[in-house]
Amino acid sequence: MHSSNAALAEQFDDLQQQHEASSLGMWIFLATEIMFFGGLFTAYILFRNFYLPAFEAGSRLLDVRIGAFNTAVLLCSSLTMALAVRAAQLGKKGALITFLLLTLLLGLTFVGVKLAFEWRHDYLEGFAPGVNWTFNGPDSRHLELFFCFYFFLTGIHALHMVIGVGILTVLIIMAGRGRYSPERYNPVEVSGLYWHFVDIVWIFLFPLLYLIGGRY
Amino acid sequence: MSGHVVSKKLYFLVFAALIAFTGLTTGVAFVNLGKWNTVVALAIAVSKASLVVLFFMHLRWSSGLMRMVLVAAFVWFAILVALTLSDEFTRQWTPVPSSWEAQILTNRPAAIPESNRNAGRGS
Repeated sequence: MHSSNAALAEQFDDLQQQHEASSLGMWIFLATEIMFFGGLFTAYILFRNFYLPAFEAGSRLLDVRIGAFNTAVLLCSSLTMALAVRAAQLGKKGALITFLLLTLLLGLTFVGVKLAFEWRHDYLEGFAPGVNWTFNGPDSRHLELFFCFYFFLTGIHALHMVIGVGILTVLIIMAGRGRYSPERYNPVEVSGLYWHFVDIVWIFLFPLLYLIGGRY
Repeated sequence: MSGHVVSKKLYFLVFAALIAFTGLTTGVAFVNLGKWNTVVALAIAVSKASLVVLFFMHLRWSSGLMRMVLVAAFVWFAILVALTLSDEFTRQWTPVPSSWEAQILTNRPAAIPESNRNAGRGS
């Protein structure tokens, strides 16, 4: 089909189809991401059931205030990302760049807090399995296993955040060059899907790691 | 233009609900509900994830194709969890018959005669 619209790639019938094709591609990628995190989550559920007292003790060693703060930061970043996609849909270039920048800053805040106040603290306190493990109390080996899960789950999540920050940087540069229009904002849309997915992973990590250890 | 434009008001409402859920789940963690603590925490997490998926990720306005991909992903994840856990948690269900126990105790590999041990391995 011939089209005079510059925003439409020639293999698509119309903008609607082009839009759906890019979203579908991202959703399929996110499905593989669910399986990727799913393996770790399953292992966590299993080992938590094997060594419940140690895992509950480990959970209580994490700072729930920092966890809750970071959850709020990430939810804010999801809101600004959603608003960025909205600005792109409406063709508001200034608002798009502002909201993308806000999302980027909130993402960096999350990773910064994680690094400076949590991982560094855990390392200095001797709760870093294999690197600096000084805990000598009861069930030390199983507590170490909990912290292995903690570092891997939050680490892989933070890696996704860093990749997201890279994507946002590219989006901001491209938005500055005026590459996006109400007809073609698919890169913003699918990057938004990715960012919200990383948010959802944290929505599950927060209760699983910080909350269900019995803080009462 | 393609894609549904959601009103700002709705985005802020969803955001407020997400923050409220976060406060709730953190608060509930400090109350002793026994095993219900885990159930409540996961139920709130699922609710929050649903809000994000439906509104921020526009699934409410997406075609059935996207929904199918998401449902398929969760079905596969459910299979992964269900089969792994059903294996682990049912291993103790059937006790080892007493006649077997005697065999297990006496027929340790070292106790098996050399001729039996090599049987079936080919030569």
